[in-house]
Amino acid sequence: MSHPTATVSSPATASSAPAAEPAPVIEIIGLSKRYDSGFEALKQVDLEIRRGEIFALLGPNGAGKTTLISIICGLVNASAGQVLVDGHDNVSAYRAARAKIGLVPQELTSDAFETVWNTVRFSRGLFGRKPDDAHIERVLKSLSLWDKRKNKLITLSGGMKRRVLIAKALAHEPEILFLDEPTAGVDVALRRDMWEVVRELRASGVTIILTTHYIEEAEEMADRIGVINGGEIVLVREKQALMRQLGSKQLTLQLQQPLASVPPALSHYPLALDEGGSVLVYTYDASDPNAQGQVPISTLLNDIEAAGIRFKDLHTKQSSLEEIFVKLVRERQ
Amino acid sequence: MNLQAVRAIYCFEMARAGRTLLQSLVSPVISTSLYFVVFGAAIGSRIQEVEGVSYGAFIVPGLIMLMLLTQSVSNASFGIFFPKFTGTIYEVMSAPISYFEIVLGYVGAAASKSAVLGLVILGTANFFVDLHILHPFMMLLFLVLTAITFSLLGFIIGIWADSFEKLQLVPLLIITPLTFLGGSFYSIDMLPSVWQAVTLANPVVYLVSGFRWSFYGISDVSVVASLVMVFVFLGVSLAVVNWIFRTGYRLRP
Repeated sequence: MSHPTATVSSPATASSAPAAEPAPVIEIIGLSKRYDSGFEALKQVDLEIRRGEIFALLGPNGAGKTTLISIICGLVNASAGQVLVDGHDNVSAYRAARAKIGLVPQELTSDAFETVWNTVRFSRGLFGRKPDDAHIERVLKSLSLWDKRKNKLITLSGGMKRRVLIAKALAHEPEILFLDEPTAGVDVALRRDMWEVVRELRASGVTIILTTHYIEEAEEMADRIGVINGGEIVLVREKQALMRQLGSKQLTLQLQQPLASVPPALSHYPLALDEGGSVLVYTYDASDPNAQGQVPISTLLNDIEAAGIRFKDLHTKQSSLEEIFVKLVRERQ
Repeated sequence: MNLQAVRAIYCFEMARAGRTLLQSLVSPVISTSLYFVVFGAAIGSRIQEVEGVSYGAFIVPGLIMLMLLTQSVSNASFGIFFPKFTGTIYEVMSAPISYFEIVLGYVGAAASKSAVLGLVILGTANFFVDLHILHPFMMLLFLVLTAITFSLLGFIIGIWADSFEKLQLVPLLIITPLTFLGGSFYSIDMLPSVWQAVTLANPVVYLVSGFRWSFYGISDVSVVASLVMVFVFLGVSLAVVNWIFRTGYRLRP
């Protein structure tokens, strides 16, 4: 899932990336936003989005996700800082910058009385592209909207409306697609369909930035993950690296006979008893086999057997992105 | 210049009028016809000629102006308010399109609709009264400039309004009274001298007067004053629209 040329990067290291690395498709430099109400939605955000990747922006409500996207797309004015879209400043060269971007907003907004076909065609024109019915047909077919093309938007279900918004965002053949909470309120089957659509888009070379509350969505799709909290980018990592770095693993053994305590012979291991002594839990760091007190699993199992402990089952579990995310946000608070 | 975008907005707005033909065309034509029946035929037959023009014919320019002002404002204000209300404005604001092009699309469509409506009402009036247009070019100029100016005003109202109530407030409380008191149905000479002076503070008087002059060559104020007033309106509206876009007022926080 990870990007072939990607390296671990963070806000701090982003600007010192090796020269050989291709230029980022979006470069955000010192971006701040303070609304008239005094609320500081973004604080000096630096971020780079790589060409062709799926970047997931995670964060709790009010973290600044939508403000960040809105500034990049031109919906909100920044208080300070700069956004470069494929090298074009999104304020002074807004035409070149915006032409490259497609935005699928969080809210299900639509012209209720328009047909699917007309509204998608309108979007293409709005972005300055000549009519191309063949392209619109391809987009509608890829989103399973072709049969609905003559339907008025008011007659469509929520999931279908979401697809129409994606079709509208793709009508002008953007190189970068922003999906703000793309699967909010969408049922599981449709969500999986949409993930498939997003993967196909990425395969066609489109860079995708998505914000989501659903950690499984980021876990499933993203190449890199950025966590934003309180208007600051808390971290940016390759998804796999993040899970390795921050995720601890647990080996759980279901014992044949409950134990009152961990035998002295095993006291040097970070072992704990659970469920009334019938479960033995070993917590370890999968990314660092040389960590203190850590030995290969086979050595531990041999020692357990030597101590006369018999088990009937075992399984391992890795922290989900959600657990990592909650931990990160708590740490910052 | 993103002409494709201007075209897209313009066609979208015109298509909206097409979908609501009953509301945007038939309804103003019916209400104008009612004015003709009531003021022109029923009451007008008891009123003597005004400056050599039959009362029925005299009120035609005023009626067209009344419809032109109210429809321009309501078309343009609704055109921009509705996407704001539904949230679809995000697409326009994120598109590679300049402020000027946005205005051209929305205001152009609203002005076209009301100008066409003005001509349709003119045609309708022709069924009721004997019409003469002394200065057809000037008539069209007044028609088009007024449609553009008041569509700009409507656009401003649509951006300012954050509720349907506010959207109706200016047309109902300001535009309609000013038009009714602006000499649509009478010559200001018919008023007592004090009210004549007060009426001259009503900008709509200049529009109706100039427009009526283009029909019959008679006017309450000089044609030059009328033209100057139209351009002053246009200038003020353009300045306000420019300020809105420069500051992002109610559009781009």
